[in-house]
Amino acid sequence: MLREEALRAIYPELEQRIVVTIMGAVAAELYTLGHRPNFFYLEHAMGLASSMGLGIALVMPEEQVVVLDGDGSLLMNLGTLSTLARYRPGNLLHIVFDNESLLSVGGFPTATATGTDLAGMAAAAGVPRTALVRTPDELKAAVDEALASATLTTIVAKVEAVGPKSFHMDLPLLENRFQFRRELEARRTQHAG
Amino acid sequence: MPVSVTNSRLIYDALKACDVRLISALPETWLVHLIRMAEDDPDMTLVRIAKEEEAIGISAGAHLAGVSSALLMQNHGFLAAINPIVSLALLYKIPLLMLISYRGHMGEKDPWQTQGGLVTEPLLRALGIPIWHLTDPQDVARRLRDAQTLAHAALHPVAVLLSRELMWED
Repeated sequence: MLREEALRAIYPELEQRIVVTIMGAVAAELYTLGHRPNFFYLEHAMGLASSMGLGIALVMPEEQVVVLDGDGSLLMNLGTLSTLARYRPGNLLHIVFDNESLLSVGGFPTATATGTDLAGMAAAAGVPRTALVRTPDELKAAVDEALASATLTTIVAKVEAVGPKSFHMDLPLLENRFQFRRELEARRTQHAG
Repeated sequence: MPVSVTNSRLIYDALKACDVRLISALPETWLVHLIRMAEDDPDMTLVRIAKEEEAIGISAGAHLAGVSSALLMQNHGFLAAINPIVSLALLYKIPLLMLISYRGHMGEKDPWQTQGGLVTEPLLRALGIPIWHLTDPQDVARRLRDAQTLAHAALHPVAVLLSRELMWED
């Protein structure tokens, strides 16, 4: 499947939730589907989207947090799987778009192209629910199940190594940062009230 | 193990007084009591990480969610976290209260700690990260509070270097 189709299939589930994405194609495609103040695009620091998601999930237990990760990013921070599994926040959903390549920087193959199984690694690290999906319908079903389960889940979604025509986002990263924090603050106040 | 329980308690109480509610840590000798105190505190979220890079992401997430955090790390952990300090904390103006055990400085007997000790302060300065040294128990509460105040006002990381004099009882 194309990642863009995959994102389109789950966009309704993302719309109201706190979303942290990696940079590059994922960020640009989500932005194009429709930016929301509860979406944060981590435009660098590869590998840390899941760590940011963990930090948010642990301190905002009343919110569901969705991390949109990639194979290249996750491979840079494999320790995150053991840390996620250790604290296993039930309000965190970790989706890994696996296109088996570093698409944004020349398309060189990652280790998942030669057999590394990220869903298997997540399971072996102790993530209580994992899934491997290959179609938008399978992804949608897996996301619905994960959100309903209130159990930490890593979903690896195999996608084609095709990106958007343009990576341009009309959203300076600091604007995104302050807008996102303001939105989270408003939600915390709402829950406290 | 001659790590000072008394001074670890002073530091922990100062962090509590700063309303720190999440601590990330990767164990190292000088930090053992601080980590145990965090573990025993039902009001503290302690995140034991696999590598210090993760801690930058976790604290960034906590900050964006409106919660103050502190990072416990050895200076070699700071070295391991330099990329995310630059490409997340500095890039996105994220305050970090980094408590760094200053191994490899004066009095160090372990040869393997010494190279990291020599480069810690030059690298912090190269990154423009303000440094507070904690050497005197009487300074602990005030300096930690002031370090956090600056971090939040500047939206910038600050480093509090935990010295041998404070942490180690020979």
